[in-house]
Parts: sequence; structure tokens; C-alpha cells
Amino acid sequence: MLGIVIAECKLISINQLLAMEFLLIILSTALVNNVVLVKFLGLCPLMGVSNKLDSALGMGLATTFVLTLAAFAGWLLEHFVLAPLELGFLRILTFILVIAVVVQFTEMVVRKTSPALYQVLGIFLPLITTNCAVLGVALLNIQQENSFLESLLYGFGSALGFTLVLVMFAGLRERLSLLDVPAAFKGTPIAYIVAGLMSLAFMGFAGLTSH
Amino acid sequence: MKILDQMKLFKIRGGVHPEDCKNFAAEQGIVDLPMPPLLHIPLQQHIGAPAQPLVKRGDLVKKGQILARSQGLVSAPVHAPTSGRIMGIGGYPAHHASGLLIRTITLKPDEKDQWGKLPAVASDPFQLLPQQIAQRVADAGIVGMGGATFPSAVKLNLRKRYHIDTLVINGAECEPYLTCDDRLMREKPGDVLDGIQLMGHALGVKSTIIAIENNKPQAQNAMFNAAKDFPDVKVVGLPTRYPMGSEKHLVQTLTGKETPARGLTADLGIVVHNVATALAVHEALRFGNPLISRVMTVSGQAIKKPANIRVLIGTPLSHLVDFCGGFVSELERLISGGPMMGQPLPSTRVPVIKGSNGLLALTVDEAKSGEQMPCIRCASCVQACPCGLLPLEMAANIKAGSLDASVNIGLLDCISCGSCAYVCPSHIPLVQYFNYAKGELASRQQVQHKQGETKRLAEARTARMEAIKKAKREAMLKRKEEMKRKKEQEAKKQKEQAEKQQEDKVEASV
Amino acid sequence: MISAILILATLGITMGTLLGIASKYLAVEGNPLQQEIEEMLPGSQCGQCNYPGCTPAAEAIANGDAAITICPPGGKALVESLAEKLGVSVELSDVEEKIPTVAYVHESLCIGCTKCFKRCPTDAIIGGSKQIHAVFADACTGCEKCYDVCPTECIEMRPIQPTLQTWYWPLPNKEGEKMAKAA
Repeated sequence: MLGIVIAECKLISINQLLAMEFLLIILSTALVNNVVLVKFLGLCPLMGVSNKLDSALGMGLATTFVLTLAAFAGWLLEHFVLAPLELGFLRILTFILVIAVVVQFTEMVVRKTSPALYQVLGIFLPLITTNCAVLGVALLNIQQENSFLESLLYGFGSALGFTLVLVMFAGLRERLSLLDVPAAFKGTPIAYIVAGLMSLAFMGFAGLTSH
Repeated sequence: MKILDQMKLFKIRGGVHPEDCKNFAAEQGIVDLPMPPLLHIPLQQHIGAPAQPLVKRGDLVKKGQILARSQGLVSAPVHAPTSGRIMGIGGYPAHHASGLLIRTITLKPDEKDQWGKLPAVASDPFQLLPQQIAQRVADAGIVGMGGATFPSAVKLNLRKRYHIDTLVINGAECEPYLTCDDRLMREKPGDVLDGIQLMGHALGVKSTIIAIENNKPQAQNAMFNAAKDFPDVKVVGLPTRYPMGSEKHLVQTLTGKETPARGLTADLGIVVHNVATALAVHEALRFGNPLISRVMTVSGQAIKKPANIRVLIGTPLSHLVDFCGGFVSELERLISGGPMMGQPLPSTRVPVIKGSNGLLALTVDEAKSGEQMPCIRCASCVQACPCGLLPLEMAANIKAGSLDASVNIGLLDCISCGSCAYVCPSHIPLVQYFNYAKGELASRQQVQHKQGETKRLAEARTARMEAIKKAKREAMLKRKEEMKRKKEQEAKKQKEQAEKQQEDKVEASV
Repeated sequence: MISAILILATLGITMGTLLGIASKYLAVEGNPLQQEIEEMLPGSQCGQCNYPGCTPAAEAIANGDAAITICPPGGKALVESLAEKLGVSVELSDVEEKIPTVAYVHESLCIGCTKCFKRCPTDAIIGGSKQIHAVFADACTGCEKCYDVCPTECIEMRPIQPTLQTWYWPLPNKEGEKMAKAA
């Protein structure tokens, strides 16, 4: 809507309008419809890996890689194999296959480049396969009938939002560990309460775009 | 009318302004203490290696005689404060919060107070070479008298490694209650100035600044008048703020430059010395007197008659307290030094040492230890910290056990001045957390070092066992070779003998 | 129907092949983490962790078979640094800080059997056959191997006393009272 208003004022060209459109997609998927705090997908790594800032960042980057690639591969699969052959019922199966392969590949890369990160992420790295955010974004792309570029940006934007939330949450949890929390709330309970408060805060972005 | 030298001063971060409570002792002139019955002189009253005793039990010594010589480069000798007999050398409670023992020489005065042979003095010490002055200062056992007790000769020799152009004299005395430097400057400005100039000559500086806090106007006046005839000596007034006496902050106020972390003020071309140290240098170079006495402030509301007293090193504190009339009200805390950075003492048995500038007897009201409450993250401590650190974060990390995290946010830059604990509305003992952490880190480094050594020893042992095995194997092989050779030789011999016998037989038959 | 099976099969085979090729190029030799952990351990091969030496213990920790609190000589410092390295959180209060001890030979009871001298992993005991043995306190790590074998029980494990150089303020407790570590 903002784009339309500005175009009407004839202040920018069509190219710029398109660029803004894509910026809006990224903003809206990262902030407004944040995959973790608004859509509530991918809560497992949020709780599991956010103890330390470094591991949270590592996890976020790994998931970004996987999500973008999965959105890309998913779109290709849908438009060149599943749709033409009317094999829509195989969608979930093949998507999971693709995601599993990408995650395996990512695991190998992480193991090679940073053994410490590999050790730290532990079981959560292969669990990206079952991260509902990854499958969810891939399926949502199909549901919303996004174009190729749009799906790529959608995937990347969601992953960016995921990383942002993970990193912020890890920072908050590091601080929480220093505080005098009542015994019954120590550890996961207080973390969930903080996550809920963050989710409330992210609702404030709702008025940003109407995407 | 401005009576002081004008100089542009810079601001320091943070700092606090406690009530200076100097009125208890400020107007008490320096008095001498009557001789105590026994003197206990520890062998380590300075930073560095302890001194090595040169006397033994039963020796008779004269006043000013050397009792222990310095060990190594960073050390200081110890001299007899009066004439008498050595009663023994052994463990005695140290002038330290822990109450642990330290090797101490016990001297029984013989009431005669006879001076021994002192080193010859130069008629004009300013004709001496800088290294000669430094040597005499070292021989007199002079250490930093502001409380740090760093051997002064080492500081004077800094000119060899750094380019020094300014000598700053620390007359700030920012700690509440203490007035000894104040009285010294008021009563002996000429002597103090002489000592200052001698140190300046030893360092080869271009200018000297005497910095005195503005709550001591008479001292400022006295020093200004004494220094009137010397254009390269400036007397500057400092704003009254704690910790103005910390040398790094003093230098920052005067020059605006911050000393690099873990560096010295010498990196900025400045050396800082205390007023009492200057007086000791004057005594050593003009009269050959070693450091055997110092001026101390005894104050606090729990002591009957607060005073500034010239005490002999080694005097038990109980003697001092009795001279000042004893304790009147409920003694809550006994502190050596000032209330902000001083050490609590376990008893008054301990002796006066070269670095004790004050003894405070505080009542409950003065000690002000409120009940500890949780941190409310008000950040008053951040505002108060003169080093620009985050006391609340560091303390939270230390409490949670992550000492490395506290080091990352600057624990090693903390000077333990106590400003943060002073302003904390929850009465949290922040400085205790930092002192614990620094001690724990030092102890872990020791452990690391020990582990390195253990590894080395274990590897050396494994190598030794291997070498033994190898040597055994080689010896075994060698023996086998020997046996084989011997057998061969034997066999050869027998064969020759047999042949010879045959020949003889043949000859005989023929 | 057939197309579905074919598609799945093709996809499976293609992806599998790709992964196989990738795994060859991205193979990892050994476990570099183990080396790093081994560096951090004390290295005195005392065996108090129930592993035959520091190398197998490091391997166990790297694989996650052993907890990071298994090394008593390492103490809290080691637990903290291992926790940092492996990114695990640990309750430091559970770690028993074993009081460091040093062996001491009571010379009046020593018979010179050399059993202790042979067992010491850092050669901290000096002495020969039928000669009185003595311990170099600086080299002793308090592993108690000598204490276990002495036939006359003349070895005593003494706690290391704090000196003025090693004493430091304890952590302030809730009431804010500082009690100096007793001499």
C-alpha cells in the first residue's frame, strides 16, 4: 500500500517500486509475520539452542542456509515436477526428502568448518529437518502462489526473522542466567515467559505493512 | 586572591565525595610516641621479594643499623628503628586482614636509642649522579609511603627505560580521616620540598607539580610559599573528590591523558611519588638516616584522642592505641589505612609497617554496614566508577561463577577504590566480589602453571623410563655380543690347540 | 501412480548420489575437539577419573561419554573452561572442590622400600633402596598413588596451607559478612 501511494506521487520509477516491493516482503516476513513469534513455528531450536549467543547465531545461520535452499528447491520441484504431473499428494513427502538432504549437507559443512559449533549444536543440527518453520515456509510459498523470486525472498526473510529472534532471545537468556530467579521458575519456565513477552512485543509490528 | 599556580585541570569520570571527617585529627600537630617495650619488624613491608636477615638472635644492634638486606631487583632492606637486642626471628601476625604469620625480627629496645654508623652524606646531594641518588634511596629502604610500598629506588630508575619529563607529588590524601600528609606539609614544607627536588634531580625531570586537594588550604599555602623561589616547581590545587589520590586519576586530572591499561604513568612521561616518601628521601640524602619511622593518623570516633603521631616502624598498634587514650565507645571495626580502601585488622598485636598511614577505630554508626539487599540495577555504581567499568555486571557474573565473563568486561582495570560499594543503595559489598575474583583468577593461574609443570614432569619421567628400558635393552644386546665373541674365540683356541696336538703327534711318530 | 513411484525413486537416487559425493569432499579426520580438551586437562595421568590416563578421558569427554566434572584435580576452573568450550551449562555448586593436598613422608617410619618412589607420576619423591624417602612439595600433585602403596603407612596427605601470597578474600555471603580464611 505504501508502494502504491509513493508511486502515485510519481516520486519513484517502476524498478524502484519493485525493489521496494521485495524489501517489503523481507520486512514483513522477518518482523510482522515473524515465523517464530507470530506463526509459532520452530519453537524447538528457540528453546534448545538459545543458551549461548554464539550457538544461537550459528544455529540461525545454519537454518537460514537450509530454509533458503529448501524454499528454492521446493519451488522448483513444485513447478517442474509436481504440478505438471499432478502429483500434488506427494508434496509433503518430497519436500521433506529435499529438506533432509539439505540438512545432511549442512551438517557435513558445519562439521568440517567448525567442530566446536558442531559439538555445541549437537542433536539440534539434524533436527532442523523436523523444524516446522522450514517445511512450513516451503508449503506456504506454494499456498500463496508466490513467484520464484518472491518465494526465495520469502524463505530468506523468514530465516532472517528466525535468526533475529534466536539471537535476541539468547542475549536475554544469558542475562537471565545471572539473575536471582525464583527456584520454581529457573531455566525453561522463565525462558518461556520471556518468549511470550517478546511475542507480545512483536505484535507491535502488525501495523507496519498489510502483507 | 589566587595564591596557587594556575593550571588547566581535566575532569575524571565518576568518583564520590564522602564526608572527609578530617576534623578529628587535622589540627593535631605531629607528636612523637614514647618507646614501646618491644618492636616487631617484618621482613617484608614492601612489594617484591622479602628481605634476607643479616642478624641473628642475641645480636646487639644500633639505631639505623641494617637488619636485613634486599633480595633481587624489586626489594628493600630493613633497618633497626632503635638500639637494642635481637630477641628472635620468627613467625608473627602480619599487618594483614588474614591474620597469617610473617617472618618478623623482634627487637627489645635498650632505652639508649644510640645511632650506629650511618653512610657518609654528600655535602651537596645535587652534585651526585642520578643513579647514586637512587642507590642511596635503595640503601635507606625507602618505599612508597602512601600505602602502595613499591620500592622507591626502582621508581627513580624508571628514567633508564622511559622518557620522564614530569614529577608529580601526590599530596591529595583523598581518603577520609587521614591527615598525616596534611600535617607534614604544614609543619615541614622546606624539608619536603628538598626531598621533592632531590627526586626530581634523580629522575631528570623538566618540571615538578605538587598536587594538593582543595580541602587543605593551609598545606597548599605552606608548600606554595616554600616553592616560591623555584620556577620549575608548581603547586596546584585539586578538586576534592575521591579517588583523586589514585596515581592514574591524578595524572588524568593534571594532563587529561589516561594511562594505558596494565601500563604505568611512566608511559606518559610522568612519575608520581607521595609527600612522605619525599621527606624520607630528604632524611636519607641529607643525614644518611634510613627509613625507620613514619607519621600516622590515629582517628575515628571510637578512639579517645585522635592524633597524628610519628611512630617507629615495628611499634605494636596496641601501644599506639594506649597512647591515644584507648577505645572509648563500642569498637565496630579496626582499619589500617583509610575507610575506603583500608584493610580490616584482626587485632592490635600487629606492628606498624612502612606503608601504614592510618589506624581507624570506627563505631557502628561510622562503619555504616547496612543489611544487604538484592541489586535493583539502578546503575549508581556505574556513575560512580572512576575507571568507567560496570560494577553491577561484573558482580552479577562473579556471583554466577563466570569469572572469565567479568574479565571480558574489564575486571582487571578495577583499582578496588570502593566508590561503587559506597554509593550502592542496596549495600552490596561490590569491592569484595572484585577482590575475590582477582584472587581466584590469580589462584587459577597458579594452578595452570602447576599443571604445565606437572605435564612437563610427567613427560620427563616417561622419557626417563623409556631411556632406562632402552639402556637395558642395549646392555643386554651388548652382553649377548660379548658372549658370542667369547664363545667364538674359545672355539677357535680349542681348534688351534687340537691342531697343534695333532702336529706334535705326527712329529713324534716321525 | 507409476509416475509417482518413478519420481520418488529418481529423486532419492539423485540426492543420495549428491550426498555421497559431498561426504567424500567434506570428510573430517579424527576429532580435533579431543586434542583441544586434552590440552586443558592437568596431564598428571593420575586416574582419579577412572579412565586410564588423560588421553582416553579427553576422548570420552569429547564424545560426550563422560561428564565434564570427572576431573577432581582440575577443580572448578577446569569445569568452567570445559563448559565454555562445549557450550554446556553446569551447576558449579555440584562440583566438589577437593582441598589440594601434598604428600609428606614421616621419616621415622620410612623403611626405604622404594614402592612409592616408583609409582609417582611426576618423580616428586626422592630416595633410594633402604634410604629414607622425601617428597618435593612443589612437584607433588596430590594424586595419592604413593599413599595407596606405602606398606608402613608413613605417607600423610597434608592440605596446602594458605600463605600471605596465596590468601585472598572469599566470596561475600548473603549477609555481607567477610570472614577471612582462617590461618
